[in-house]
This record gives sequence, structure tokens and C-alpha cells, in this order.
Amino acid sequence: MNASTSATPKLYHPKMPATWWLKHPAYFLFMMRELSSVFIALFLVVFLIQIYQLTRGPEAYAAVMRRLGSPGWISFHVVALLFALYHSLTWFTLTSKVQVVRVRGKEVPPSLVTGANIGVWLVLSLVILVVFLVA
Amino acid sequence: MTTRKSSEPFWWGLFSAGGVVAAFLVPMHLFLHSIAVPLGWISAEVAYAKMQALVGHPVIKIYLFVLIALPFYHWAHRFRFTLYDLGLKSLRTPIAILCYGGAVLGTVATVWILLRV
Repeated sequence: MNASTSATPKLYHPKMPATWWLKHPAYFLFMMRELSSVFIALFLVVFLIQIYQLTRGPEAYAAVMRRLGSPGWISFHVVALLFALYHSLTWFTLTSKVQVVRVRGKEVPPSLVTGANIGVWLVLSLVILVVFLVA
Repeated sequence: MTTRKSSEPFWWGLFSAGGVVAAFLVPMHLFLHSIAVPLGWISAEVAYAKMQALVGHPVIKIYLFVLIALPFYHWAHRFRFTLYDLGLKSLRTPIAILCYGGAVLGTVATVWILLRV
């Protein structure tokens, strides 16, 4: 036995490739869900810029809206909307799994909780639309 | 045994709140302001007038602050861990500073703009 061997053996740690999430559909969808937060944040930056135009007058606002009407920007925002919808639906499904809801001691089935969340979401969306249109 | 206090729960709380706001409110706002108006389904003049009428109200300003700022923290926390998942855990300190710092900058910009409109 070699007298210079260390007391603890060196362990082999296999390196996880950065592309691990491409190896399985479930991993890919997970990464898409994470990516949705990027698109949501980017839209909100655009929205902030739009709101800022309100201080610069109607022409400036209209000019920004014309720019956002380009095929590139519309494509970006359609993709962003799809990601936002994916975030919403996965969020509602997840929260119903994570938070057990009890009514009179009986557990409410998660699908019902998810459905209720979706219902609230649809109502809120309608409220946003109506408030904007009647302003 | 003493355990080190972590700021993790604080950021997770903001992540969670941001996620709720994003889930319930972002899709319709995205459709309205970044698809419907730019495509002319609602004219820019009409949209400008409506936005001007709305943002004057303090309640609307608070609503817009919640709508815009909180999802920045949702992004920050989520993106931070996504970068770890992509193998960048060794850069955890600069990543945390960039992510949460970005969210704070976004919050400051939001407050500044909402106070000016």
C-alpha cells in the first residue's frame, strides 16, 4: 500500500451539460416556463416606455405605437403573449398542487382550484379590457 | 446549532407575488397595449386619450406600479436560478447582484415614470 495516498478518496463528479434540458420534453417545457419570465419582463419594459410617452405628447405616443406595429415587434409580442399565457396556466396548475385548499374539512380537488383561478383570471382580464375601453 | 440567516425567503416572496401579478394581469395588458393598439384595432389617438385619463388617478398609478414592478422580481429570482441550472453556479454572487439589482432598477424607473405622468 502506497504510504502517500490520502485518507479520503477523490470522488468523481460527472459534469451536467448545459443542454440537459433538451434531453426530455418535460425538461424542455420546464425551461420554457422559466423563459416566460424573461418575455414578461421585456413586455413590461416596453409598456413602461409607452407610459413614458404620455409625458411627451400624442405624437410621440403614436410614433412609438407605429414602431411597435412593425412585423418584427408584433411577432415578438405574439411570442411574448404565448409565453405569458403559458406562465398563467402553469402558475394556476402549480399553485393548486402546492396549496391544499380545504372547505369544511374536505380537500378541494386541485383541478377545481385551477379552474377557479382560471375563472378569476378571465374575469380580471375582462375588467381590464372594459376599464380601458370606457376610460 | 446556529443556522445562517438567508435573504432567500424575502426574494422568494417577491418572486411569488410577481408571479401572481404576472399570471392574472399581464396577458390582457400585453394584448391591449402591444398588439391591439400597434395593429390599429384601437387607434393610437384613442389609446393615448384613454391612458392619459387613467394614469392621472393615484389608484391607477398604484395598480400600474404593482403590475410592472413586481414581475421584475419574479423574473430576477427565476432567471437567477435558471442561470444556475445552465451551469453558472460559480458566478452566483455577480448573478444575484445583476438579477435583483436589475429588478430594483426597474422598480426605480417605474416609480419615476409613474410620478411624472
